[in-house]
Amino acid sequence: MSTAELLSQQEYKYGFVTDIESDVIPRGLTEDTIRLIVAKKNEPDWMLEFRLKAYRHWLTMTEPKHWPNISYPDINYQDVIYYSAPKRKASLASLDEVDPELLRTFEKLGIPLTEQKQLANVAVDAVFDSVSVATTYKEKLKKHGVIFCSFTEAIRDYPDLVKKYLGSVVPTNDNFFAALNSAVFSDGSFCFIPKGVRCPMELSTYFRINNSESGQFERTLIIAEEGSHVSYLEGCTAPKFDKNQLHAAVVELVALDDAQIKYSTVQNWYAGDEEGVGGIYNFVTKRGKCAGRNSKISWTQVETGSAITWKYPSCILQGDNSIGEFYSVALTNHAQQADTGTKMIHLGKNTRSTIISKGIAAGKSNNSYRGLVKVMPKAEGARNYTQCDSMLIGSNSGANTFPYIEVMNNSSSVEHEASTSKISEEQLFYLQQRGISQEDAVSLIINGFCKDVFLQLPMEFAVEAQRLLGLKLEGSVG
Amino acid sequence: MLEIKDLHAGIDGNEILKGINLTVNKGEIHAIMGPNGSGKSTLAKVLAGHPAYQVTKGEVLYEGKDLLALAPDERARSGIFMAFQYPIEVPGVSNAQFLRLAYNEKRKHLGEEELDPLEFKDLLKERAKVVEMDASFMTRSVNDGFSGGEKKRNEILQMAVLEPKLAVLDETDSGLDIDALRIVAGGVNQLHNANNAVILVTHYQRLLDYIVPQFVHVLANGRIAKEGGKELALELEQKGYDWLKAAPDSNGAGAGVN
Repeated sequence: MSTAELLSQQEYKYGFVTDIESDVIPRGLTEDTIRLIVAKKNEPDWMLEFRLKAYRHWLTMTEPKHWPNISYPDINYQDVIYYSAPKRKASLASLDEVDPELLRTFEKLGIPLTEQKQLANVAVDAVFDSVSVATTYKEKLKKHGVIFCSFTEAIRDYPDLVKKYLGSVVPTNDNFFAALNSAVFSDGSFCFIPKGVRCPMELSTYFRINNSESGQFERTLIIAEEGSHVSYLEGCTAPKFDKNQLHAAVVELVALDDAQIKYSTVQNWYAGDEEGVGGIYNFVTKRGKCAGRNSKISWTQVETGSAITWKYPSCILQGDNSIGEFYSVALTNHAQQADTGTKMIHLGKNTRSTIISKGIAAGKSNNSYRGLVKVMPKAEGARNYTQCDSMLIGSNSGANTFPYIEVMNNSSSVEHEASTSKISEEQLFYLQQRGISQEDAVSLIINGFCKDVFLQLPMEFAVEAQRLLGLKLEGSVG
Repeated sequence: MLEIKDLHAGIDGNEILKGINLTVNKGEIHAIMGPNGSGKSTLAKVLAGHPAYQVTKGEVLYEGKDLLALAPDERARSGIFMAFQYPIEVPGVSNAQFLRLAYNEKRKHLGEEELDPLEFKDLLKERAKVVEMDASFMTRSVNDGFSGGEKKRNEILQMAVLEPKLAVLDETDSGLDIDALRIVAGGVNQLHNANNAVILVTHYQRLLDYIVPQFVHVLANGRIAKEGGKELALELEQKGYDWLKAAPDSNGAGAGVN
């Protein structure tokens, strides 16, 4: 069987569409659109101001189409639907009020939300198109002082916290997509870990795009107060459509003195078909600020989906002795394009950062690592270690590394290592000669290649990630 | 167990094996010797199913079935093992993880239950004694950073774990110092019994001092040029291979040896 035949048999098992009545606003974006969203969501005036300010910035900005190593047809931003919500959603007192069709959707995705079936030890905020439909374990978390809720609820119930931190890490005028998100974001997750609390369970958000015409613009804000710890997981899927959907999210993390935030993502948005038709445009701004001394923010991402990925989870190391980490596996197959990496901005003394990036390119895909390590004059004794490895599968894929290093003091050390390798026929033959099938052999080699990153993932996620990589590469060799 | 009949095979259109006939029975040890380029390693790779080599003529029966119809992993699961001349590195995959996967594939094939990591650890510890390997080898990545000798011992460890019916050792002695050679050969001798067979591919007689074959086949120019017992290897040691190149094709006459 040819490679192409094998690949076409491979199913994206999350590609189904949920038939549900939605509240959809007309296409296009003007100030009136923003007022409409604010009205629909019943938001206070300060949110309207925040959004309008962002929108006005956005109008003056240009899309970053030239510097990333990606190409796509022009997006007509007036043809996008900026708000789509499943009907019947006002404010839900309990899960019993959630549309059963939605519960079934999430259950099908492996995210049961009903009380009896909830995942043990993981609290989930489920986001469907533009809105959060349910958050589990809310009450249990509240007992520990942990706030975990939809962004809409946070604006309503914790306006002071939101006002204080929203846009404090990613300003509204940060970049084109962040400005767009700030103007129109409809929901997302909010979490707050009070001083000294170790969050008793993993928190997670599961994002699901359902509408073929709408963009998804969600916002995540995580605040870890002094000495607190939290581990946060994010998963994403979308149905198969022939058209591209725009996803422009913003994630902001704030870690105060001695706080630690671990943020893990397994991104499996629909990637389009073999020829590159359809799939998600994933233009995401993720940034964490180590605001306090000895704080630590760790990003771990496994990027396997999306037609295009444009994403650079970053750390601003402001507090002295703070630590930033970025562990990434980015896999592209078929016609996928990824330009992803990180930025580590060292401001405080003795700040440390580690970057481990593993890029895997199969099919005719293109996979680029782009990373900035910037050490400011006052960041005495700062250290960075970067390792970027690329693996090519087949002869039509491409991998690139674009490291940017700016060091402005002489007491710092920055190390950069890079390698490119290829799965060889000899390697496959060796494993096959030991009785391992070709597909398992590819999985084994890839998982070995990604081991340093998988070790950073929470257990269940690591298993899921390994399985996912195997699935994504099925039939791509041979 | 293995019957090779008039096997022709090559790579990129160049014929390297030009009609090999060979029969291997249970309990036997055969040595395939010959000068560089005579086709020894090609024969080993063709038996294991290396995708770069094409069989153009002839057949190979393994336990009465057409071996050449099987994919490399199917051949392995049905009991054929090849020790590589240049073992391949697999970074990030521990020896134990790799061996357990391979071992469980074989068990699945035999309809037996798979071993969990703890059960397998015990088995591995036992088998590792065969090649005098300690526990630190099990957590290291497969062949990654191993010395030449360690890689060869690791091959024999894999053989010890997988317990093949037919083991083809491709130049397992090359690059080994005398201590490593003793360990590797000792391992093979411990694993050999009346129910399995070994094919040793080697350039030098030296290995055969440690692993004693009943049959020696000398390859020259893609054919078996001479066959005999252990003493043939000694004769080669003295005379070298040059005299064979001039000798007439004795393949037909030698076929009766087995």
